[in-house]
Amino acid sequence: MANAIKLVVLGLVALFAAIAANYARDLAYMVNALVIMLVASVMFVITLRKADEDRVLRDLSGEYMDDVVRYGVIATAFWGVVGFLVGVFIAFQLAFPVLNFEWSQGLLNFGRLRPLHTSAVIFAFGGNALICTSFYVVQRTSAARLWGGNLAWFVFWGYNLFIVLAALSYVLGGSQSKEYAEPEWYVDLWLTIVWVAYLAVFLGTIIKRKEPHIYVANWFFLSFIVTVAMLHVVNNLVIPVSIFGSKSVQVFAGVQDAMTQWWYGHNAVGFFLTAGFLGMMYYFIPKQAEKPVYSYKLSIIHFWALIFLYIWAGPHHLHYTALPDWASTLGMVFSVILWMPSWGGMINGLMTLSGAWDKLRTDPVIRMMVIAVGFYGMSTFEGPMMSIKAVNSLSHYTDWTIGHVHSGALGWNGMITFGALYFLVPKLWNREKLYSLSMVSWHFWLATIGIVLYAASMWVTGIMEGLMWREVDANGFLVNSFADTVSAKFPMYVVRGLGGVMYLAGALIMCANLWLTVRKAPAVETANGLVPAE
Amino acid sequence: MSDDLKDKHGTTGHSWDGIEELNTPLPRWWLYTFYICIVWGIIYTILYPAWPLVNRATGGILGYSSRAELAEQVAEVENANAGINQRLAEAELTQISADPELNQFAVSAGASVFQTWCAQCHGSGAAGAKGYPNLLDDDWLWGGSIEDIHYTVSHGIRNEEDFDARYSQMPAFGADELLEDEQIDAVVNYVMSLSGTPQDPALVEEGAVVFEENCAACHGEQALGDREQGAPNLADAIWLYGGDYAAIRETVENARFGVMPAWANRLSEAQIRAVASYVHQLGGGE
Repeated sequence: MANAIKLVVLGLVALFAAIAANYARDLAYMVNALVIMLVASVMFVITLRKADEDRVLRDLSGEYMDDVVRYGVIATAFWGVVGFLVGVFIAFQLAFPVLNFEWSQGLLNFGRLRPLHTSAVIFAFGGNALICTSFYVVQRTSAARLWGGNLAWFVFWGYNLFIVLAALSYVLGGSQSKEYAEPEWYVDLWLTIVWVAYLAVFLGTIIKRKEPHIYVANWFFLSFIVTVAMLHVVNNLVIPVSIFGSKSVQVFAGVQDAMTQWWYGHNAVGFFLTAGFLGMMYYFIPKQAEKPVYSYKLSIIHFWALIFLYIWAGPHHLHYTALPDWASTLGMVFSVILWMPSWGGMINGLMTLSGAWDKLRTDPVIRMMVIAVGFYGMSTFEGPMMSIKAVNSLSHYTDWTIGHVHSGALGWNGMITFGALYFLVPKLWNREKLYSLSMVSWHFWLATIGIVLYAASMWVTGIMEGLMWREVDANGFLVNSFADTVSAKFPMYVVRGLGGVMYLAGALIMCANLWLTVRKAPAVETANGLVPAE
Repeated sequence: MSDDLKDKHGTTGHSWDGIEELNTPLPRWWLYTFYICIVWGIIYTILYPAWPLVNRATGGILGYSSRAELAEQVAEVENANAGINQRLAEAELTQISADPELNQFAVSAGASVFQTWCAQCHGSGAAGAKGYPNLLDDDWLWGGSIEDIHYTVSHGIRNEEDFDARYSQMPAFGADELLEDEQIDAVVNYVMSLSGTPQDPALVEEGAVVFEENCAACHGEQALGDREQGAPNLADAIWLYGGDYAAIRETVENARFGVMPAWANRLSEAQIRAVASYVHQLGGGE
């Protein structure tokens, strides 16, 4: 019966997608409709072929659901490399505009690839990392199998379908031109469905937990899932121009639209890239260090302070614009007060290593996690500082912002994810240990030096161009043209590109190491049963 | 140390997948810095516009407004320059360069106007690009005196916004079938021969005849151009659209129609005079 319903639904989806592709008003919509038609048709055939098989139902309720986590680990590593590669390419496009090839105009020029890069690293790499680690962590710390059966598989495949649809539409020109919220209305609708399923799986697992208390990592994961749902829905309130086209019209206009966008944009940083990844940090650092978390009190205070304060900080993206002064003030004040709550996570991460500092010498995975927390601390100091109006008047619209984002993204999000992957792969594939620790060391140093080159070159160009823009002569006349600042930045753009190459090289070494761990490292039997810790 | 911490503060008594949490109190420096930030935040929101109310937001006791601050800074510079701007707008054009103070002001103001409005086409160093004249040399299409430059900047070239724009149009000899294919071939070779080496020397003589009959009216018998109608000098090696066979052939076949906006509607008289002075002193001014 279930199969019959599934076949009918898949058949209808494939049919509607075919009709939509036929009537499509633009290329991005048509290609997306064809992808959906293809996916639905393949699933239809697979379901049909399995329809008469007798399903052997084994009771799995006593085991963790780790297959979906394994797929998530692979997807994380894959999208990471894709995102870093596109990032390196567009970095060199900025240094050498000739790389915007004439034959690829309208497909692979900087404007089309830039959102592909940001979405690939934040949503594809970061998103898959968050989904798979949250699935792993919530099961272990709740001593419960994921709730909802195959719903977790729906979350994984549905989320990755969202990424493919978004990526294809960016390259073909389907974008609503909101930073980090580029996907058009139908892709947003699909993500909403997937996200609600994700919330259901996560919350369902927490509800049926066998531990009496909810572990701190799960607070962070849950706040990330709930808040992202709210941000995503409000910022994407649009009216489609046609059901057969990708274009849509925003509900908000003017400065209200800008404010909604940066309320979304800043909290995408706050909840996706900070709260979610703090959830990862709170599990993997104590596990890898084999030490207790430094302070329960600090974790609870900084958690509530962080999520209360972050939501106000968005207006600092709009200093000195049409935004009223009062909103600007609030954005700045809350950003500065956010400094200590952000650092609470850093203190808890670093101080958890008390008594285990010697592991920094012997365990490159711990080293990776520690440098991640270090970069987290640095960028959560830099952020409040840049939100101060006087600093912002120099830094805004310059490369300093790009450098700030990347010291957070490459340093914090990237490094903590790499650490988590190095922790997870041997556990998930039942291997005694990683294939090579010296490859981890290579990865560590390549990535760290890459980030330093990236951040330092962007500080230099950012502050330089900010100063050049505001430079006036004795009579009060501007001295430099915009093009002067662009040409002055060239050497630093090359340095930034090289930093990116090093970071990408490190990630490739990681992929090789993880692959060899699965293929070559000695196997061990690990228990997969649910055991409450107490 | 961790074991010390554990002995000292104990744990919360729970364990998740082997992870325990210590009962360490909040680090004092962390807590006091947090308090200081909050106190600072409260004071700041009293001083500056901050809390939204029903119809408006609190204005802050300092009476700060970012727009007022900007207006004040702009007014300060404008007031400081008001006198000399007035002098610039009223001075005899040719006399600006004779007054060192006025000239220095005009050139630096003009550089700023140029970087903002002109650099997009003429380049930030004024060296031009294909289709956009180099302003550093002494080869002028419409004249290089300060009056000529001032007129060009004010009214522009071949635009539709200013009735007094400089205007002329070269016929499209190929597209409008005014010349045969072979004639175009010949005249292109003749033009190339004036400043360099033609592609096919055998055609130069025939080309000279074609030029005499079709081009000399505007470009002159000696092909030295005519500034009255913006006809370029073809006898020098300076080319606006390129001096190779293909580029010249394209010019003869389809003609060119370079447009420059009129700036009189967008810039003040003092600004136009300033940018004219700046361009005039770049090297080619007459």
